[in-house]
Amino acid sequence: MQSKAKSYQFSFILLLGVLLFTWFLNISSGSVNIPIKSTFSALFNGEVPIDSWKYIIWNYRIPKAFTAILVGGGLALSGLLMQTLFRNPLAGPFVLGISSGASLGAALLLLGSSLLSGFAVFGFLNDVSLVIAASLGSFLVLLIVMLVANRVRDTMALLIIGLMFGSVTSAIVSVLAYFSDAEQLQRFIFWSYGSVGNLSWNQLILLASIVFIGVLLSVFSIKKLNAFLLGENYAQSLGVSLKKSRLLIIIATGLLAGSITAFAGPIAFVGLAVPHLTRQLFNTMEHKILVPAVFFYGAILMLLCDTIAQLPNSASVLPINAITSLIGAPVVIWLLVRKRKLLF
Amino acid sequence: MEEQKTTIEVKSLSIGYKNYAVAENINFELQPKELCAIIGVNGIGKSTLLRTLGKLQPKLSGEILVEKQLLENYNPSDFAKQTSVVLTEPIASKNLTVKELITLGRQPYTNWLGSLTATDKKYIVESIQSFELEEFTGKKCHELSDGQLQRVLIARAMAQDTPLILLDEPTTHLDLYHKVQILKLLQQLAHQYSKTILFTTHEIDLAIQLCDKILILDGQENPFAPPCELIKEGCFNTLFPSEMVKFDAKTGTFKVNK
Repeated sequence: MQSKAKSYQFSFILLLGVLLFTWFLNISSGSVNIPIKSTFSALFNGEVPIDSWKYIIWNYRIPKAFTAILVGGGLALSGLLMQTLFRNPLAGPFVLGISSGASLGAALLLLGSSLLSGFAVFGFLNDVSLVIAASLGSFLVLLIVMLVANRVRDTMALLIIGLMFGSVTSAIVSVLAYFSDAEQLQRFIFWSYGSVGNLSWNQLILLASIVFIGVLLSVFSIKKLNAFLLGENYAQSLGVSLKKSRLLIIIATGLLAGSITAFAGPIAFVGLAVPHLTRQLFNTMEHKILVPAVFFYGAILMLLCDTIAQLPNSASVLPINAITSLIGAPVVIWLLVRKRKLLF
Repeated sequence: MEEQKTTIEVKSLSIGYKNYAVAENINFELQPKELCAIIGVNGIGKSTLLRTLGKLQPKLSGEILVEKQLLENYNPSDFAKQTSVVLTEPIASKNLTVKELITLGRQPYTNWLGSLTATDKKYIVESIQSFELEEFTGKKCHELSDGQLQRVLIARAMAQDTPLILLDEPTTHLDLYHKVQILKLLQQLAHQYSKTILFTTHEIDLAIQLCDKILILDGQENPFAPPCELIKEGCFNTLFPSEMVKFDAKTGTFKVNK
């Protein structure tokens, strides 16, 4: 499908342009009103009327914009991987309970530390431990879902199991919340609203490295993902080793969804909706095209959502989770009504 | 005369699942250019046999040799160059176009990213042409009729360029015309491209007319021979309970007892 790849070149250039535009839009808006001209000069190290503007742009807005790119692209990519692996158009980190798993990990760490005082003693409550806890939580859920998927061929059952995981997690989280003090609870609730801000450059580099590994593993899975489009038996008959490929795809998904959820909170709908949106523009199932396209799309959508969440020129910031749901849910409904069927 | 080349050889094979054997004592061998049907009543193990031969499930005992090599000695990617399959299960994504689906048949030969070489493209074009699918290449699989989709799936198996092709009930859900069309295509594929084709079917009448060999799974002897010999030996007479249907050896068809 190389000829096809060429015909999609234009679309990719377009996507890159839109990405740059939304990136700039994102960093030029925020609670402090900085004129576009000053934003430009701050970017290229020029003169800015007020010194703090430069600081805001370089240490707050730019890391936030890059986080949005990583979060949106990574979540969308993990959604694509799962839709193909589970042969289900409704799969995504949220629906399959993977975000719930990450929440559970985060909750156990943030809220459970009062119960397991050992953590607090060792001063484990830093970002690395949060990432590890959330990633472990999402891996655990992914593995269980995978085990169930091997036994239950019915994809509907899988989704119900994912929903059940969501309920179990929120139940455990409420139990933990009941026993934890106000400060810890507040920290967890703010985490669960989702946010792409508040990441330092160091944290951003850590997130970027994990997402990069996830993307790399996804790229290595492209051929296998294409084979999975026929179903597992067909994939096997094409020489794909099922166990190895499944594991590879699961690790990629777990790294992406787990690390992103750890840093940015459980962000809804991006993983589910973006792959479907991408298939509207890129009329192909070839993962060589879809993997990069979905990443671009997710990044652009997340930048836009974050720009909206900033409520430009006002001091308040909306939880990003609300924005992605407000945009994502209607998109899924619209796709369903228009096509009468969600195909993947 | 050129040496006889055996594509697949099966010796005292038992198939089934961990706890119980579905069928035992299966013996047969097939050469290139042979079209062979596997027939038998529902639940006798036709699909299980096909899946076992396709290395999709383990055998219980006995030997399966594909191109003179034991099945268990193949690694997955080498085996994919020997055997292609067409299964009854629907493909997972009906959103694939015909071209994309047929292209997937080349996976065993492409590099890690699945890039197509000139050879790959040649096989894809050849498959599309042999099955007269030119007008459908851009269509999505969910837009095709059952008969068209079956042709596409067989074309994909052909693009995989394997000496052995296994098909599980390729003619179910099709009307008589399309049943004949599919079986004729299989016959043509076997004879023109020197393939060995093995398929399960309930269309015994058509199999008798079109196949070079037939394997009857009856749970005991599992006779295997050209259709005419099987008729002579009366193997079809006992296939179904005789109070319902009777085999007419003269016409090679089954008649309902009135």
